[in-house]
Amino acid sequence: MRVMVLIKANEESEAGAMPDEKFFADMNRFNQDLVKAGVMLDAQGLYPSAKGVRVSFSGDKVTVTDGPFAEAKELIAGFWLWQVKSIEEAVEWVKRIPKPAQAGDGEIEIRQVFDVDCKTDFTEEEANKKLEALRAQMDSIK
Amino acid sequence: MATDIHRAIEAVWRIESAKLIAGLARVVRDIGLAEDLAQDAFIAALERWPESGIPEKPGAWLMTTAKNRAVDLWRRGKLLADKHQEISRDLDEQQRFAVADFENSADDDIGDDLLRLVFTACHPVLSREARVALTLRMLGGLTTQEIARAFLVAEKTLAQRIVRAKRTLSEARVPFEVPRGAERQARLSSVLEVIYLIFNEGYSATAGDDWMRPALCEEALRLGRILAELAPSEPEVHGLVALMEIQASRVAARLGNGGEPVLLLDQNRTRWDYTLINRGLAALTRAEALGGAFGPYALQAAIAACHARARTPEETDWGRIAALYEALSQLAPSPVVELNRAVAVAMAFGPAEGLEIVDTLLSDRLLKDYYLLPSVRADFLVKLGRFDEARVELARAATLTRNESERRLLLERASRLMG
Repeated sequence: MRVMVLIKANEESEAGAMPDEKFFADMNRFNQDLVKAGVMLDAQGLYPSAKGVRVSFSGDKVTVTDGPFAEAKELIAGFWLWQVKSIEEAVEWVKRIPKPAQAGDGEIEIRQVFDVDCKTDFTEEEANKKLEALRAQMDSIK
Repeated sequence: MATDIHRAIEAVWRIESAKLIAGLARVVRDIGLAEDLAQDAFIAALERWPESGIPEKPGAWLMTTAKNRAVDLWRRGKLLADKHQEISRDLDEQQRFAVADFENSADDDIGDDLLRLVFTACHPVLSREARVALTLRMLGGLTTQEIARAFLVAEKTLAQRIVRAKRTLSEARVPFEVPRGAERQARLSSVLEVIYLIFNEGYSATAGDDWMRPALCEEALRLGRILAELAPSEPEVHGLVALMEIQASRVAARLGNGGEPVLLLDQNRTRWDYTLINRGLAALTRAEALGGAFGPYALQAAIAACHARARTPEETDWGRIAALYEALSQLAPSPVVELNRAVAVAMAFGPAEGLEIVDTLLSDRLLKDYYLLPSVRADFLVKLGRFDEARVELARAATLTRNESERRLLLERASRLMG
């Protein structure tokens, strides 16, 4: 499955503060680990919301609002796109994300990317039934 | 919440197992034994972590546990006699370092061990099936049950296959190393073949009637991406990754709403996955930059890339595709490649040119019963206005296809030519 890992903004990221060198190096190493594990599909960091624009819709009315936007923790500071086997695998990777030196509060949200071939919702039982049916089918061909 | 912790432990296993087996194999020089030790450590984790919680460095914990187990077995004389000396020396050496350093050990070392593991699991002394099973198990961290399910074999059969493969490697004293020189290329081909086999096993299955098979595509892609980092200077590795990324980008578009296959030129291109296409094109660029533009995988990827780059079917660069098929044909002559070349040539230069190529294939024994040969020939004949001959070819194609809806389609086309 594919997951989008959303890094929530905080006051520092919204202020455009650059992380210290050590954190930068740690993050670089972590990203390398993701690439080496075949997990990383994409990664992007976002500018503070001061550089963003919001377009809101109300009926036929369209309103365009320039940033910055209030409530930093509702905003997104960056994201990864990962290929993992399970949500739990994504959680394990997220636990390994390096923390900045003066780590304040932070939040990371993991969301599963919609997948046309999505068959992960099968229960074990359903899967086994399908497998049995398939085996029977194959045996009858033989 | 016992199941939650189990799923979390499995996730740790997924992340750590290949590194663990590779690191252990360097010490015990036998990937079968290394895998057994790793499995023992995994079972210990399943027993202990639900109570203790997952340790902060789970990889180091697993490594320590596995090494202690190895030392224990060695002391009790349960390891193969001829391996004793080497192992004892290596273990002593290893124990001088804190095992907790495992996670901090140079990435290069782990990378080298993983590469050795790939090459060993894909050793030609093993059958193809055994190579595939071992690779999925050791590099992918898949369970025997998952692999058995993906290949529609009984779990017991698959388990025996793995046990036999490990024994074969051990008895043949296959060294735990990356081969050098000319052998390296031959062995690399075997590795790439295994990964592409896994991919095709997942890709060629029709959707809707299986559960594990999409996972095989994902697994093959992951293995390819890992290999591209382990052996970044090998152009064909990037060629294979490019081919798989671009093929996988079409998964959502290649089946219609009723589950029927949709041909490439009829696919809804907005349903292609452009993240994968961009990754594929980047991998192809890497292969070409390394001088690998004419490798067999890179050539196939380049053909796939021609389609991927075209925003509409009309934009397809058929002249380039025809040239790429010609290059592929020279590299690995095959009537199926020739048939594909004929189609590209016809699209680029007209049906008469295509027909000329197809006519050279009429006596080919491999294509004797291949319905696409008369079907493609009929296409060209129709475009040339030779309807009587086209009708005969369509009828012939209809008798050769095993697919019922395909046959109906062919007969319909034939009857329309009666007009």
